[in-house]
Amino acid sequence: MELKDSRIIAARPEDVWAAILSPEVLQACIPGCESITGTPEEGFEAVVVQKVGPVKARFTGVVTLSDMVAGESLTISGEGKGGPAGFAKGGAKVRLDPDGEGTNLSYEVQASVGGKLAQLGSRIIDGFARKLADEFFARLQSAVETPGAADATEAAESDADAAEGGEKKKGWFRRIIGA
Amino acid sequence: MPKDQGIGASTKRREDVRFLTGKGRYTDDINLRGQTHCVFVRSQVAHGRINAIDTSAAEAMPGVIKVFTSADFAGKGGVPCGWQIHDKQGNPMLEPKHPILAEGKARYVGDAIAAVIAETLEQARDAAEAVVIDIEELPAVVDMKAAVAGGALVHDEVGSNLCYDWGFIEDNKGAVDAAIKSAHHVTTLELVNNRLIPNAMEPRAAIGDYNSASDDYTLYTTSQNPHVIRLLMGAFVLGIPEHKLRVIAPDVGGGFGSKIFHYVEEAFVTHAAKVVGRPVKWTAQRSESFMTDAHGRDHVTKIELALDKDGHFLAIRTETYANMGAYLSTFASSVPTYLHGTLMAGNYKTPHIYVNVKAVFTNTVPVDAYRGAGRPEATFQLERVIDKAAREMGIDPIEIRRRNFVQPNEFPYQTPVAVAYDTGNYQATMDKLVQIADIAGFEGRRAESAKKGLLRGLGVNCYIEACGIAPSNLVGQLGARAGLYESATVRVNATGGIVVMTGSHSHGQGHETTFPQVVAEMIGIPEAQVEIVHGDTANVPMGMGTYGSRSLAVGGSAIVRATNKIIAKAKKIAAHLMEASEGDIELKDGKFSVAGTDKSVDWGSVCLAAYVPHNYPLAELEPGLEETAFYDPSNFTYPAGAYACEVEVDPGTGKVTICSFAAADDFGNVINPMIVEGQVHGGLAQGIGQAMLEAAAYDANGQLLSGSYMDYAMPRADDVPFYMVDHSCQTPCTHNPLGVKGCGEAGAIGSPPAVVNAVIDALQRGGHKHVTHIDMPVSPVRVWSAMQG
Repeated sequence: MELKDSRIIAARPEDVWAAILSPEVLQACIPGCESITGTPEEGFEAVVVQKVGPVKARFTGVVTLSDMVAGESLTISGEGKGGPAGFAKGGAKVRLDPDGEGTNLSYEVQASVGGKLAQLGSRIIDGFARKLADEFFARLQSAVETPGAADATEAAESDADAAEGGEKKKGWFRRIIGA
Repeated sequence: MPKDQGIGASTKRREDVRFLTGKGRYTDDINLRGQTHCVFVRSQVAHGRINAIDTSAAEAMPGVIKVFTSADFAGKGGVPCGWQIHDKQGNPMLEPKHPILAEGKARYVGDAIAAVIAETLEQARDAAEAVVIDIEELPAVVDMKAAVAGGALVHDEVGSNLCYDWGFIEDNKGAVDAAIKSAHHVTTLELVNNRLIPNAMEPRAAIGDYNSASDDYTLYTTSQNPHVIRLLMGAFVLGIPEHKLRVIAPDVGGGFGSKIFHYVEEAFVTHAAKVVGRPVKWTAQRSESFMTDAHGRDHVTKIELALDKDGHFLAIRTETYANMGAYLSTFASSVPTYLHGTLMAGNYKTPHIYVNVKAVFTNTVPVDAYRGAGRPEATFQLERVIDKAAREMGIDPIEIRRRNFVQPNEFPYQTPVAVAYDTGNYQATMDKLVQIADIAGFEGRRAESAKKGLLRGLGVNCYIEACGIAPSNLVGQLGARAGLYESATVRVNATGGIVVMTGSHSHGQGHETTFPQVVAEMIGIPEAQVEIVHGDTANVPMGMGTYGSRSLAVGGSAIVRATNKIIAKAKKIAAHLMEASEGDIELKDGKFSVAGTDKSVDWGSVCLAAYVPHNYPLAELEPGLEETAFYDPSNFTYPAGAYACEVEVDPGTGKVTICSFAAADDFGNVINPMIVEGQVHGGLAQGIGQAMLEAAAYDANGQLLSGSYMDYAMPRADDVPFYMVDHSCQTPCTHNPLGVKGCGEAGAIGSPPAVVNAVIDALQRGGHKHVTHIDMPVSPVRVWSAMQG
């Protein structure tokens, strides 16, 4: 599966860059992310709970950052293992280009899934991944443009999810960017 | 007036009473004392090197008894392939080991890597999730042509993904090439015979049990042929002599071929039961069935048909890539070869035929026989290319077939592809089809459809199949590693009741009804007096099982032989009781009489005398009345027929609706017309499913995408029409005692080309002249896209 998109963020590329490299911001932005640790240099480890169609699982995975050109571009790749639910892996090439006062963030994502996720979820996986990517970058945008907003969004969603029985709509995308 | 019992009667299926009232006893219904539960840990990648398996966490979990890996099967054999094919050069096929649990590499998504045995199923499931497999994903090969063009090796040790490159018949090739080169017209067609997933209603299951007191094993399994499993598993995998191994296949809820094969789970539970000292039970989840039951079809074919100016067939040349999947399943190698190449003559007199098949290993589920097994693949390509040729040459599709039929006076007919048809009348089945399908009224119906804005099409085709598998001496020469006879024991009890122990296995076919009809007819007693026992190697002396529409033709013939032996002995007893000469004894309606006299003795009295031999010729005759017979056919049987399908295509959406389907079959003699019709109906539904809906899909990494009913479309009641079926054209088989040919696979073999021919016809008549072929399933998107060019 491949998807490609871009969005304009009202912040300078170096601020966006810093946000992408920050585990705290990533945790707030990755839907379903329970924890994320590590550093941009050594890679991150993350735990994400995600539900794809009938398959719900806690994915643990390693994310590495490469081809890093500070403030301009990087490649994020990772693989998440969801136990019996299967696995997902992929990579994203992210570019940050100045756009007036802000940044044009463009990304190309390649992802594949395996095991039960593929067996049961193939019909919905593309749309699901697109939605997660949108959500991630929307949160990132919000976090960068108004620091603190991402946490608020996350908290609000958590409350809403708790009301629905605690099911968070989260984080397949997280693996793509490096959980 | 229809008969109310015996041969030719539509006796209601006695087994349905228990099936329909929930009283069937399937493998999963069986629970043994002290039983443990097994869950397999399966590969999530299509191809991967297994670096390490950490079972420690799983073994520490509650209720876990043992976690097995391939190390626990050191010294055990792999699951064998039952048919050795030799390639064009005479070299044997590549035959890599198929281990019980993956050794070193996993080769398809679903390949069993480890297995957890626990006290409860839930504990086994939980622990299976805790088994940590360090697996390094390797590039997978999925596409067959890429696999033989230098893709990753599925089995490194054999050095190639090309299992064999088979030519049939290699000596014919020169003549075929020459005939095609000089022909007036050559029609070429490239097509895909879509990969199918069998989807028996009952998932596979197995229970292994070991008795340490007697050192013997029992395996309960969902099998179409328990004796074959006993032989393969005992002799080739686990090293258990047959007298120490009992295999029971109780009620089995559908097989369609997928339960012929010896699967690794069967060997696993049998061996594991001894290791853990308790029975081990495994039942597949539906998801597991999708990714471990042997799939069917999956051929990619190019066929060329050469014709003279009058549309007579001169030569056929084919090249087929046949997917074997990751390992050779039990009969995988025979399906695209001897069950496919031998049928390429179809119902026609084509003097020169050459079939080339390249069997390929890929990182997918093993592929093997599925209802029809090779013959649907042969029929589809042949009947599609004939249709295309008829259109190209401007000849009516029925007429071009009639022009090339083997004529009724030309039997036995030796084809150029080894087999000899014993009997048939293809003109008669075509005449019958034209009548029951009301071909003459098609134009009127087409006009009606056109008023609704729909494109109507008519598809017609013929089929022939080689059934009643098979003469052992012939298949032995062709590489089969087993005989294909059948056995039966007829045991008459002292009070006249009869138990027939048959090596055939019923998993939907209705043997418990049909076989008593034969015996009851022969003796002249009520059917209810005859009981069938099958599916247990301890109760049935020997058996080769049920597949290839062979149960009645081969198994039934063995029953006839054994019953004839019973009658012969009973006549001796009757002669003694009536103080008459054995040669004067006649048996009619369950009564033995002396010809030309009014003396008679009934069946029951003779049976009683056999077991209470107070007045009995003990000096010449043993007491008792039980006989066993083996029957090995001298030829295949050749059911054949003509099918017609009418469809409506919605030009706005490409959606195809089947309006009618007619089937005129020649099955030879028919024992139970109702059961025959039911078999045809079921076969048609499966063929229509293949043509319209079903497709097993893999992504480029070898992930099975159609792994549930959300993505794998099975035909439902509203996808199929009311069928018009007829089996009144009967040319009885000339070489078996019942004159029967077999009906189990016909519908699935004959129907896919009729559907596709009808869709192409609808589009052609609707002005879409550029559409000459659409691959199955003919889904709306494919049809609509084809219409757009």
